[in-house]
Amino acid sequence: MSDKNIYLPYLMRIARITLEAPGVRTFRLEFVDEAAARAFDFRTGQFGLYSAFGEGESTFCIASSPTRKGYIECTFREVGRVTAGLADKEVGDIVGFRGPYGNVFPIESWKGKNLVFIAGGIALPPLRSVIWNCLDLRDWFQDISIVYGARTVADLVYKDELKEWEARPDVKLVCTVDPGGETPDWTGKVGFVPPVLEQLAPSPDNTIALVCGPPIMIKLTLPVLQKLGFTPDSIYTTLENRMKCGVGKCGRCNTGKSYVCKDGPVYTLEQLSQLPAEY
Amino acid sequence: MADMYQLPSASLDLLFAAISADGRRILAPTDQDGRSELQPVTSPAQVAKDYLQTALSAKEVVFPKVEQLLSYTLAPGQVDLVDATPRAEPTVVFGIRPCEASGFQALDAVFNWDYRDTFFNARMDQLTVIGMSCTRKDDACFCTSVGGGPGCAKGSDILLTPTADGYLAEVLTDKGRAIQALAPEAFKPAAGVDKAALLADVPAAFDQPALTAKLPALFDGPLWADQSLRCVGCGACAFVCPTCVCFDIQEEADAKAGRRIRAWDSCGYHMFTLHASGHNPRETQGQRWRQRIYHKFSYYPERYRSLGCVGCGKCTRACPVDMNLKEHLVEASQVNS
Amino acid sequence: MELREKAKQLLESGAVKAVLGFEAGTGGIRRPAFAKDAARADRLGFDGEQNLASYVTRKEVKRLGKVAVAAKPAVLRALLQLMAEHQLKEEEVLPLVLDASGQVQELASAQAIEEHLALEAQVIPAEDRALMDRLGKMTRQERWDFWQKELSRCIKCYACRSSCPMCYCGHCTMDCNRPQWVPVPSHALGNLEYHMVRAMHLAGRCVECGDCGRACPVGIPIHLLTFNAEESVHAQFGQRAGASAKLDYAMSTFRPDDKETFIR
Repeated sequence: MSDKNIYLPYLMRIARITLEAPGVRTFRLEFVDEAAARAFDFRTGQFGLYSAFGEGESTFCIASSPTRKGYIECTFREVGRVTAGLADKEVGDIVGFRGPYGNVFPIESWKGKNLVFIAGGIALPPLRSVIWNCLDLRDWFQDISIVYGARTVADLVYKDELKEWEARPDVKLVCTVDPGGETPDWTGKVGFVPPVLEQLAPSPDNTIALVCGPPIMIKLTLPVLQKLGFTPDSIYTTLENRMKCGVGKCGRCNTGKSYVCKDGPVYTLEQLSQLPAEY
Repeated sequence: MADMYQLPSASLDLLFAAISADGRRILAPTDQDGRSELQPVTSPAQVAKDYLQTALSAKEVVFPKVEQLLSYTLAPGQVDLVDATPRAEPTVVFGIRPCEASGFQALDAVFNWDYRDTFFNARMDQLTVIGMSCTRKDDACFCTSVGGGPGCAKGSDILLTPTADGYLAEVLTDKGRAIQALAPEAFKPAAGVDKAALLADVPAAFDQPALTAKLPALFDGPLWADQSLRCVGCGACAFVCPTCVCFDIQEEADAKAGRRIRAWDSCGYHMFTLHASGHNPRETQGQRWRQRIYHKFSYYPERYRSLGCVGCGKCTRACPVDMNLKEHLVEASQVNS
Repeated sequence: MELREKAKQLLESGAVKAVLGFEAGTGGIRRPAFAKDAARADRLGFDGEQNLASYVTRKEVKRLGKVAVAAKPAVLRALLQLMAEHQLKEEEVLPLVLDASGQVQELASAQAIEEHLALEAQVIPAEDRALMDRLGKMTRQERWDFWQKELSRCIKCYACRSSCPMCYCGHCTMDCNRPQWVPVPSHALGNLEYHMVRAMHLAGRCVECGDCGRACPVGIPIHLLTFNAEESVHAQFGQRAGASAKLDYAMSTFRPDDKETFIR
C-alpha cells in the first residue's frame, strides 16, 4: 500500500444539481484532477465521504452506476451541519470526495436470476446505483421488478428516472405513496411498501431481493419476504451507521465485530442476523 | 531472541547522553506535583523515582490527542488542499510498563489493517521503547489475566528489570540494538540474574479465553445495565487506555481557510453513535458499557487475533466512580449465562 | 439505625425502587453504589465523596423510579437547585442524612432539606481555600499563566462535566455543532473555551462539592474555577446555589433596582 494520506479527499466540481424532493438533492460530481478521473473506478454498493469544506464530511452511497464513466452522483437530505453546507453549494463549486469505500453488491453472482428491488423514500439512492448497473447489463438478469414508495408524491426521488423505468418493457415498476400522500393525478398505488410488496407477490425462486428503507419499513418488509419464501441469504440490504473515517479505524460504525464501512454497508439478511442490532 | 545484559545504574547517564546526542528526545515518567507524567527528560535524575504507572498512557506519542490531517484555503469557486505531513520526532520512551508497551500492538492492528494510517506509522517508525518491568502492582492491575505480565517483553525494544545495582537489560529488537550501539559500554554481560524473582506477583484474576467464549451468550443479559449504573459516561477510561483508538474528525474553518483535525473520542459518549435522524443504536449507558467490554474482549480477538486490553488498570484508576474493570470482568466470568 | 438497615426497610416496603449510597471500592476507596434490592443494601454506607445528586437526572436512574440518596450538604444543595430548575420533583427523591446522634433521618420535602441545611454547614476544604487565597493574591497575568499551565493538561474527557450534578443538559453547549460554539479537540483554545463556558454556566449554580476536580484524571484543580464563580456571585448578589427549591437566580433575573444601569 502506498504511503498516501488516507484522509485526503479528491476535489470534485459540482456539474449538476437536481432538487429531487423537499430538502433532497442530487449532485453530479466530476473530478477536478483529470488523472484521478481516469483512474477512478468503483462497484455498486460502495459509498464515499463527501466534504463541504468548512463544515466537515458526510457519508452517502455513490448513487450513480459504475457503468457510467466520467462522474459520480450522490443524493442527500439536508439534516445537519455538513448537509446544510452542501445544500448551499451551486454548480461549479468544489466539494471533496473520499472513496470508494465499503463492500459491494455481488451482481456477478446474480447472473441468470430475477431481481426485486424494494425501496422507501430517501433510501432509493443506494439501490438506484444497482438498478442502473443491472439495466446497463440487462441480459445478465431475468425479470427485474422495482417496488418504490414514499410518504407523498413530492417525496419520491428520481422522478424522471421513475418515468424511464416505467416506460421500459424489461422492467416492472410499482410506485406507491402512503395513504393521504397521493395527488389528484397520481396513477400509482396508494399504500405502504410492505403490503404493496405482498400484493405484488414476487416468486422467491431463483430471485434476489434488495431492500433499502427507513428502519420501520425494513422491519415490516422482511417478514413479507420471508412469508413469500425468500431465504436470508437471498435478501440484501445496506446499513447506515454514523461514520467519520470510512476506513475501519475510528470505531464509530463498529457493530459487533463488523465495521459497517468495511464489512458493509451491503449485508445479506443472514449476515445481519449474526450482528447485534446496534445500527 | 533477546540478548541479556546488565545495565549498572551509573551507566544510565551515559545511555541518556548518547541517546540525546543522537538527536532523539527521551520521554519518561516524571514527578509533577505528586502526579506521574510522561515528559521530555535529558538525564535519569529527572525520571520519577517511585511510580507505578503514569495516569495517561504512552499512546499519545504515536496517536496524539490532536492531529491535523489536512488543511485548505478557500476562494470563490476554489479550494486549495494542503496535505499534512506527520511530524515525527525520533523518540525514545523510557520507563513505561510492560502492559503499556504491549498496547502499541493493539494500536497497530487498527491503524494498519487494510488501509495504512501514515500519521501513526510515521510516529511509530521513529519510536523506540525502553520498557521497565514491574516490581510492584496495585489492586487495579491485571496484566497476567490478559496474556501479559510484570516482565513481559511484548512491545519493548529494550526491557529493563530493576536489580540491586542497576537493571537487567534485555535487548529485544533491531531498534533496541540500535540504541545499545549508541552506548555499548553501558551494557555489561549479564551474570545469571533470576528475572522472575525480581518481578511483582500478579495472580491471574480470571480466565480470559473462557470469558471471551462466554460473552456472546451474555450479550442480552442484565449484567451490563447493572454494572454501568454508576458510570457517568465520560471519556476518562478511553482516553487513558493504551489500546483505545476511537477518534473523531473535526473541521475548524473560517471563510478563508480551514483544517481537519483528528481528536480522541470514546464509545462511552452518547453522541458517539448518534445518527443525524436522532436515532441512537446505543442509547443507554448499559449498551455503551457493553460495547467497551465486547470491543476489547470479543470483537478484537475475533478480528485481530489479539485482545483490546492490556490489563494495565489505568481506566480503573482514572475513573471518577471506580469502575474497576478487573472486578467487572471477574463478575462477568462468574455470572450464569 | 444505619444506612443499610434504612435502605433495606425502604426497599422492602417499596417506598423507593433504589437506594444510592457508597460502598468500598478498589484499594479501600469509596465509590457510589446502587442497591435495588435488600441483598445489595448490605454494602451501603454514608462515607464517600462523589456527589450522588448527579445520578438523579440520568435517564437510566429515572427509569428505576423513586430513589433514596445518601446526602451530605453538597448533595442536598444540588437536589434543591435541581428542584428549583425543574429538573427534579420533590416526590422523585428521598434524601437520607445523619442526624446529630448519628441516626439515619429521612428528609421528605424540600422544606425539610432547607431546614437540615441550616443545621449542617458545608465547608470548603482547607486545601482548596488555601489555593483559592493563593490565586486571589496573584496578579492577573500570574493567574492566567497558572490556568494556561493547568489547562494544557486537559484531555477533554469531560469527566468534570459528567460528574457535576448541575451539568444535566441532554444536549450540552459543547455538543452543539450548529454553530460549533466551542472547538471539540483538546488544543489550547478548545480547552480554555470549554472551561470558561462551563464556569460561566455554573456561576450561581455550583454547589461546591468539588466532584469535578476529584474526577479529573490528570489532576487539574478545575473545581476552583467554578468555586470562584460561585463565590463571586455570592459576594455580588448575596445568593448561594442550592439554598432553596425556588429559583431566584441572579444570572438570569433582572430587577428594576438592579445596580447595572446599562440596560435602562
